[in-house]
Amino acid sequence: MAETHKPPETFKLRVRRYDPESGEAPYWDEHTIELEPHRSVLEGILQAKAKHDGSIGIRCSCRAAICGSCGVRINGEPGLACHTHLDHARESAKDGVIEIEPMGNMPVIKDLIVDMDAVHWKKVQRVTPWLIAKQPVPEREYIVPKESMVDITQSMACIQCGACVSDCLAMEVDPGFVGPAALAKAYRFVGDPRDDQQDIRLKDLAEDPQGIYDCTHCFKCVEACPKGVNPMGQIMRLRRIAGSDQHIVDRNNGERHEAALTTLIRDYGLLHEAEIIPRSYGGNSWFGKFHPAAGKELLSSLPTVIKGILRRKVNPKIAIFGHKIPKQDLAAVQAIYDKVESRPQRYELNLYVTGYDEDDEPVPAGVGAGTDTGAASAIATQEPDGPSGAPTTGEGSAA
Amino acid sequence: MPAHDVLIIGAGLAGQRAALAAAQEGASVAILSKVHPVRSHSVAAAGGINAAIAVADDWRSHAYDTVKGSDFLGDQDAIEIMCSEAPHEVMHLEHIGVTFHRNERGELDLRAFGGASMKRTAYVADITGQAILHVLYEQLMKHHETVDRYEEWFVTSLVQDEQGSCCGVVARDVRSGRMETFHAKNTILACGGAGQVYSPTTNALIVTGDGIAQAYRIGAPLMDMEMVQYHPTTLVENGLLITEGARGEGAVLLNSEGERFMEKYAPNKMELASRDVVSRAEQTEILEGRGVGADGSGIWLDITKVPRKRTLEALREIVNIGKDFAGVDITREPIMIRPGQHYIMGGVKTDADGATPIEGLYAAGEVACVSVHGGNRLGANSLLDTLIFGRRAGEHAARRAQSIPMPEAADARLREDVAEIDAILARERNGGPTRPRRVSEIKAELGAMMNQHVAVYRDEAGLQQAHEIVGRLKEEAKSAYVDDRGTVFNQDVLGALELGYMLDCAEATVLGAIERKESRGAQFRTDYPERNDEQWLKHIDISLNGDGPQVSYSPVTITQWQPEERKY
Repeated sequence: MAETHKPPETFKLRVRRYDPESGEAPYWDEHTIELEPHRSVLEGILQAKAKHDGSIGIRCSCRAAICGSCGVRINGEPGLACHTHLDHARESAKDGVIEIEPMGNMPVIKDLIVDMDAVHWKKVQRVTPWLIAKQPVPEREYIVPKESMVDITQSMACIQCGACVSDCLAMEVDPGFVGPAALAKAYRFVGDPRDDQQDIRLKDLAEDPQGIYDCTHCFKCVEACPKGVNPMGQIMRLRRIAGSDQHIVDRNNGERHEAALTTLIRDYGLLHEAEIIPRSYGGNSWFGKFHPAAGKELLSSLPTVIKGILRRKVNPKIAIFGHKIPKQDLAAVQAIYDKVESRPQRYELNLYVTGYDEDDEPVPAGVGAGTDTGAASAIATQEPDGPSGAPTTGEGSAA
Repeated sequence: MPAHDVLIIGAGLAGQRAALAAAQEGASVAILSKVHPVRSHSVAAAGGINAAIAVADDWRSHAYDTVKGSDFLGDQDAIEIMCSEAPHEVMHLEHIGVTFHRNERGELDLRAFGGASMKRTAYVADITGQAILHVLYEQLMKHHETVDRYEEWFVTSLVQDEQGSCCGVVARDVRSGRMETFHAKNTILACGGAGQVYSPTTNALIVTGDGIAQAYRIGAPLMDMEMVQYHPTTLVENGLLITEGARGEGAVLLNSEGERFMEKYAPNKMELASRDVVSRAEQTEILEGRGVGADGSGIWLDITKVPRKRTLEALREIVNIGKDFAGVDITREPIMIRPGQHYIMGGVKTDADGATPIEGLYAAGEVACVSVHGGNRLGANSLLDTLIFGRRAGEHAARRAQSIPMPEAADARLREDVAEIDAILARERNGGPTRPRRVSEIKAELGAMMNQHVAVYRDEAGLQQAHEIVGRLKEEAKSAYVDDRGTVFNQDVLGALELGYMLDCAEATVLGAIERKESRGAQFRTDYPERNDEQWLKHIDISLNGDGPQVSYSPVTITQWQPEERKY
């Protein structure tokens, strides 16, 4: 059972303060509070506010990780203050003092309060965040597959807290990047069978140089999200639908780059570095290097290549002919491709439903074959064969 | 100086719906909220929204369930309106994009809920409130040219003209501290309830009864304030809500002897009886020594009965809550709950169009009392209430605006509010003969006291004590000091204002409870344990005049359903 009835302990909090009216720089403020260890960092801050200093500024409301108000950085990591236990926070604190700062990538108004309109909401508005309903609108409900609503519930679970935006590495380097929250919101519409503009939305976000291909695939937002929305996962789904399903070839070479990467790994088992640039710019074939766009890019990267050869970081033979790996290893890589591509539908992980369960019962073999929605809440329906087709996602099947 | 046809205070479901409806009618609309609209407490509503959309269903059945659920204190004309308009409203939500879950045939799926004679609750996993609120906000973003949004503006007063009509509000831009008068032909209060008067409560920290108190202070009557709902399943740890949807999916309640005790109290509906019945049953089990937990103050909620896959899909939020706040995996073990304050059926008295007796002032949602919930609200009827009456108030106000001129709100109120805030900021820590208290101390004492004397079981002695304590706390609040003397995002001084609103709401609740000498719905008095239709089938209204709170009565509207014995 829960270890929730331990007696109160002392905790030290170090809060980042900033008073815009003082004209002074931001500073750290320490407070000692006393609470049961399973209580939240937010409750700690509220105790400090109630007992010592009512001027500490923090947005908060529901205390239950549903309103999204209390996004902050705790010990350098983004998350909700109400959702973080004091004892866990103390464990990960560098000197036993829990550090709380405002979220990143957004201007600070006061103390732990940031200007979300300037960044987060601006980007959400960028993706046309309302349903453009398929005509004609039926009298009653649209008849749509059950799985589709469960699928986009993952995006709908986003509480707009900003934790993903706070620590998005791509956005730090390129502040114009549309970003994880907005793109997860975009998926909510692209994945909604009632929306009329799937292809237009995808084209827009693929062609935007700061759109879906600007994500560096670093997983920071997946870690940060308190609700299992998996923003990076949503971005990748947008890419898959844009590239594989709709064949949108964007001007940023995002789709070409992905096509090149996947083809090269299938063909060589490892990335053929010398081929990736020409194919990304010139098209996904051996002849890609003769395309003028590729030529230009190759020319401009020549100095780097020469330096690499002189410093023996690049082996000219491998550069021209690619890596050679043992036949059975290549076959193993290609088997993965064959397996994934033989599925009638892509399997998409829904973290909101399945969560990050640790001690899972193993999924019995054959689960998902011919049953209604199969294991987890996978979109893939019939598994044609074989040993547990679906990856373990924590589903102890009740079937 | 902003001036609009329709000014809406509060951007939860009722407020946002009113804004969209009024804009649709062509009115100029502004919506103010002290927090960003998606932080409104509607976001926490979980289980679903009721509507008789199934082909085999009939809105009259829904209406009867609601009337019975209200313990016959609900006004049946308003209930008929709400239930008959529900199917259309749910389809409207579907068309603007709410991601309602489907059944096998792709139609809206319906789940069981408390007090309902058949399955009629449409839902989005267990984040229905969030889903609807976010979709309404999507629509507000879409219609940004016709609805002006003032996000993080705190209303301090309603403004009246010389005839007593409401002609606008005074509000503070939380970010800059600037105060401004907003002129409006119509003002719609949609500020929610007053749960923070109690501790613990499922309600968010922002639910401090602002609108109820502000309407009360300009003479609007408050109705049925004694009707405070205790939700049967709140976490023992911290009072957080475990949705009724869990019981709707098949979860059961067990006492320390492992028995499904609801059999004794509501043999038909069992765990899905109305909330007041279930809360009282639990409280009785606890008082009679069959509670669980270290101090015997809890009850087991066993969700392991529900297939794990279904729980993960349709009750994901409470899986998270169980894990994060109680260290329990609800798919494998029961979780400890107890009744906790959750909702107030009472509020600012309105008619079925949301109009209060004060000209130009409307109210919709939990802040209002139409009354559709009477003595007890059914689960999943609040989401419906907010949308139906939010829409109606928005439409009615927009139409009213067409034929009247824009009022001139005088500056006097603004100057008074600025002075009041300056006075609070100037209060000394050590001034006067008695040590002034901190705002947070007074609030904590109020919450604990209300949860003791004005809770599931009440009696005269306890209520009188409550009355005394509220009076004393009101005095102490006059000198309660704050730490923050700044203007940018001064949450401290707003907390002092909110304390004042909470104390007004508490006073009205206590007075209503003392006045009603019977037990009905959520009010149970051990000294008057029976329902007394002959003398008490009426609403209790409380209004402020020069001398203080005045109690009066108003009749209950009965159309089809005569009061009968209420058994589940």
